[in-house]
Amino acid sequence: MGQAISLFARFITAPRAVWQGIDPTPNQRVYFANHSSNGDFVLLWTVLPTPLRRRTRPVAALEYWLSSPLRAFIGRDVFNAVLIDRRPEMRTEDPVALMVQALDQGSSLIIFPEGGRNSSDDPLLPFKSGLYHLAKARPGIDLVPVWIANLNRVMPKGEIIPVPLICTLTFGAPLHLDQDEPKDAFLTRTAQALLALRPQAHP
Amino acid sequence: MTTPHLLWLLGGVGGILILASVLGEILRVRLSPNGQNPVIENLNARIAAWWVMVILLAIAFLAGKPGVILLFALASFAALREFLTLTSYNRADHWSLVACFFVVLPLQYYFILTDWYGMYSVFIPVYVFLLLPVVSALRGSTRDFLVRVSETQWALMVCVYCVSHVPALLYLQIPGFEGRNVILIAYLIFVVQLSDVLQYVWGKLLGRTRVAPTLSPSKTWEGLIGGTLSATAIGTALWWMTPFTPLQAAALCLMLTFLGFFGGLVMSAIKRDRGIKDWGHMIAGHGGFIDRLDSVIFAAPIFFHVTRYFWSVT
Repeated sequence: MGQAISLFARFITAPRAVWQGIDPTPNQRVYFANHSSNGDFVLLWTVLPTPLRRRTRPVAALEYWLSSPLRAFIGRDVFNAVLIDRRPEMRTEDPVALMVQALDQGSSLIIFPEGGRNSSDDPLLPFKSGLYHLAKARPGIDLVPVWIANLNRVMPKGEIIPVPLICTLTFGAPLHLDQDEPKDAFLTRTAQALLALRPQAHP
Repeated sequence: MTTPHLLWLLGGVGGILILASVLGEILRVRLSPNGQNPVIENLNARIAAWWVMVILLAIAFLAGKPGVILLFALASFAALREFLTLTSYNRADHWSLVACFFVVLPLQYYFILTDWYGMYSVFIPVYVFLLLPVVSALRGSTRDFLVRVSETQWALMVCVYCVSHVPALLYLQIPGFEGRNVILIAYLIFVVQLSDVLQYVWGKLLGRTRVAPTLSPSKTWEGLIGGTLSATAIGTALWWMTPFTPLQAAALCLMLTFLGFFGGLVMSAIKRDRGIKDWGHMIAGHGGFIDRLDSVIFAAPIFFHVTRYFWSVT
């Protein structure tokens, strides 16, 4: 099922991975990417080599992915997502604790630090603090920025039928939380590192 | 749909590829044992990709008309995806872009399949040309409107309309040549691509003077003249498998090789404008589908119409 979805994603977007700052080796990592479409994590998952893909879990919004049986099946059963609740008043478990737990089980993670889909004209929304708390809890882990280009054109928010256009995913050099680095400085630094991966040539 | 001539042509191409693979391997061992010479590595990647393309084409020929049409429809799809990735973007165009891929492209190839000449030759230049901008206009965004609709129309003309004239060759009715039309496709692709390869080889061997320095560093007068003349000579030598006399074959080959060159030139200009080197990444060593098809794109429709006018009875 996951293979079928990946194949479909490949057919539509012919995704290309550019391993610019890091090689696709099977080390445990947290991939953090810009978020403009629900297809983001599928595409990132698709371009990972199979051994890496098997142990990489997306972190996704529980209230979205459990809202219908089909979504629950795809999110929970196919992609084995770490489901976190974005609504502080509703949640029973701490999102950062859930992510740390998944890391401690040996999984790599895909996270979208903007906290939601970006449909604004800005290339990137300000990061939520989740990335910082995760880095603080497990400072040794490689935080790998991944810029996903063009997917917002393939499937803009609200559209149903995707336009087949080529997407490029650029993997940057890994980042770590410096000792005593304040939260805001860290979030700015990681956001800058992600923005720096944007391809220049495209109009 | 196979004819002995087709098997000979495919066999000949297979022979050339075996020779090229052996030479590539020798060069690799001599000059680039650890993959340090990018030119040799690229050459070998190109040869490997050629094997895949020739084998796919051979399978399509075996599968008959639907197979050939399906292969070129898929090539159109991949090319259109590359082209539209590089055009201006506006949310308002979403539905017209969806229509390009899932309505216009399948319809064009359906008209080819049903041999509806009166429709497939005007469908994109007339009906789509007039109606598709309406879809974008209805969404109301006027920013860069003319640029957006022109780019979309160009994408369809280049990637769908022109490419679809390759399988359309199967439906020409040339007296005394019945059942062998697949040779026309094989001949067109062989001559045009051979000219590309020979221009590359001549250019690498003794290329000095650039044809269009601002456009492409690899297109030289030495490559152009050497490539077109040698490809024309080889194409002319194969006149016996075509419906043409040797003189006619020579004239057509010269036309094909020059159109192919012009195709490469125009598509390079678009790439330069967009600041990219290759259209895509799907064909290792070559770049994208448009990088490989650019010469065929320009040669196919004119070859189709010239052959149809002078030789076909339909």
